[in-house]
Amino acid sequence: MGENIIRRTITRLMVPFIQLFALYVIVHGDSGPGGGFQGGVILGASFILYAIVFGSEAGRRRVPAPVTDVLSSVGVLIYAGIGLLCLLLGSAFLDYRALPFKDPHLAGHYGIFGIEIGVGLTVAAVMVTIFFETAHRGEGGETRDG
Amino acid sequence: MDELILGKYNYWVYVALMMIGFYAVIAKPNLIKKIIGVNIFQTAVFLFYISIGKVEGGTAPIVWDQAVHYDNPIPHVLILTAIVVSVSTTAVAFALIIKIKERFGTIEEDQIRDLRRTPTGEET
Amino acid sequence: MNEPQLTPLPLLLVFIPLASAVMTPLLARIHRSLAALTAQVVTAVSFVLACVLLDRVAEVGRVVYWLGNWEPPFGIEYSVDMLNGIVLVLVSFIGVVVSVFARESVASEIDEEKHPFFYAMFLLLFTGSMGIVVTGDIFNLYVFVEISSLSGYTLIAMGRNREALTASYNYLILGTIGATFILLGIGHLYMMTGTLNMADLAKLLPPLYKSRVILTAFALFTVGLSIKLALFPLHVWMPNAYTHAPSAVSSLLAATGTKVAAYVLLRVMFTVFHPNFDLNVIPVTRILLVLASIAILAGSMLAIAQTNLKRMLAYSSVGQIGYIVLGAMLVNRTGMTGALVHIVNHALMKGTLFLAAGAIVYKTGVETVEGLKGMGRKMPVTMAAFTVAALSMVGVPLTVGFVSKWYLALGALDAGMWYLLVVILASSGLNAIYFWRVVDWIYFARPSKELESVPAGEVPWSMLVPTIVTAGLCILLGVQADLPVSLAEQAAGLLVGGAH
Repeated sequence: MGENIIRRTITRLMVPFIQLFALYVIVHGDSGPGGGFQGGVILGASFILYAIVFGSEAGRRRVPAPVTDVLSSVGVLIYAGIGLLCLLLGSAFLDYRALPFKDPHLAGHYGIFGIEIGVGLTVAAVMVTIFFETAHRGEGGETRDG
Repeated sequence: MDELILGKYNYWVYVALMMIGFYAVIAKPNLIKKIIGVNIFQTAVFLFYISIGKVEGGTAPIVWDQAVHYDNPIPHVLILTAIVVSVSTTAVAFALIIKIKERFGTIEEDQIRDLRRTPTGEET
Repeated sequence: MNEPQLTPLPLLLVFIPLASAVMTPLLARIHRSLAALTAQVVTAVSFVLACVLLDRVAEVGRVVYWLGNWEPPFGIEYSVDMLNGIVLVLVSFIGVVVSVFARESVASEIDEEKHPFFYAMFLLLFTGSMGIVVTGDIFNLYVFVEISSLSGYTLIAMGRNREALTASYNYLILGTIGATFILLGIGHLYMMTGTLNMADLAKLLPPLYKSRVILTAFALFTVGLSIKLALFPLHVWMPNAYTHAPSAVSSLLAATGTKVAAYVLLRVMFTVFHPNFDLNVIPVTRILLVLASIAILAGSMLAIAQTNLKRMLAYSSVGQIGYIVLGAMLVNRTGMTGALVHIVNHALMKGTLFLAAGAIVYKTGVETVEGLKGMGRKMPVTMAAFTVAALSMVGVPLTVGFVSKWYLALGALDAGMWYLLVVILASSGLNAIYFWRVVDWIYFARPSKELESVPAGEVPWSMLVPTIVTAGLCILLGVQADLPVSLAEQAAGLLVGGAH
């Protein structure tokens, strides 16, 4: 009973910082090590850490199945959407210079920023889904398709 | 002679790792150990890619005002993608192993083979 | 040859299926049936676009698209010429046919709540296959190979038997090793040339042909692709995978999976590396000719011994892949035409056979060859389609099978290798043994007691029409073979134009 308190308190303190760090990694992909995939994994890991310490039911309540399912699709659609937007604005797929910003350099930054957000969302959602779907087996917990 | 061994040590390392992984895939009967073997195999390939991207006197490929040369960033980018592929493959493999354990009751390859010979195996 | 034309068509062929694959789970939350509908609509749209693209290629010669408007060799380029134009039309056509077939077939073989996932994976497999064929960048090729492989593993594992799981797992291990070899080959090529663009590699490689790095890269590519291609002796994953997968998945994989891998092999061996390399620098054509001949004979012989219908068809595929590789390794125009025509024809023939097998399972639950006894009276139309495809596999004149074997035989004679003619004829004889036995049982044997009790009648229209369409094409393109043969000849000229 005692050591549980320590684990729970530390986790409650750490998870917000881990998520903040994950966002930092996602956003700073073009000027430091990092990017969408890496940040997404860290973000997913924060939820998995919570689930490991507090139990998978509590964890699953934080990120319920519909949310992760929808988010994993939405992330890819953001990526595809930005690319399509560049296509529709007259230039090629994923040609950020077509985006309506002041200079093409800035457009490149914001285009990549948007894409990395999409990637990060999908990766985090997928990591969480993988964990919860495999962790429930053999626990006697409810699985989604039985 | 030492140009061949010491000069090209990165290739020796990657080949050794690759063969260790490959051995694990072939020789280990446990399904999870096979996947670990595949992972080691793929990791060896990643090491190879990164090692060929190194430029003498180059720093990490991140913009830095004191840098003279940069390492080649293309292999790094390729390996990012390949790592994602590796993770996905491992995830699919583990999902399969879990289902195999549920339906066969074991994850040892020889026991599974014996179970497959028996005329059951239909949907329970 | 005029300048290649820039058009977004190649991109759309990848983008639309990819976006739809991701949207399918979302759409299925709105209404269950939207999942199947999305797959059908998207494959149909892709087929139309692929035909438009082929038409454009026939006019202009080569069509390209630069992602992000980055010029090659800096950016990723999608490049379509006559060779991949044909394969694109084929893959999208099979996609339409199977997605129409899949609605009822999947409903009977897979639990209802898994349907959205099935169709999402189906569209991802479709995306991966289209991407492999369309791309002109060699690392992009690896990415799409893995996309299609992973969705393939998942789809196979959805089969009813628990054997589907082990089949999928074995395929996963072998396929991942094969793909990793391909990745390694790409790394070696990049190490020596500094470029990932296929056209650029073709220009930069010739002075480097003697380098050991390049030879290693080529060997890695060939072995990795042979695993995906199921070329003997690396075919061992295929029989189990095709037998235990859901019927729609077997049909799709049998008709497109190995064809796409064959396309990649041709692209690497004849566009990235020139025919000169394959003939003179290392005798890879001779090695693969031997392996192909063994594949043809061994595949047919193993097929005779099978009791499960789908497994018999899978071993038959091992043999047919041997034909494709045989034709390509002759490195002359007629042989290559034969190989390319057989890529199309085998997809049609095997597609029909697997679709018919799926229909049989749906209606009667019969999975064995012996269980087909007397089936001709119970399911006349499906069995007629099956018989047409079976005759085509043997190589009866007026069917597509005859056209492919004709060109292969001509190619063998042109290359002065008359002993290959013996292989082709012997294997036709072997094919006749196991297919004629089946046809005989279908029409001239008494049905078993279990089969007697099944009422006569066909499967629903959505399953019957695709089977009839593919069977009809087996005859149509066998009688009137001008279009596919002329397209194949043009593509063959692109690949081996210089030699012979």
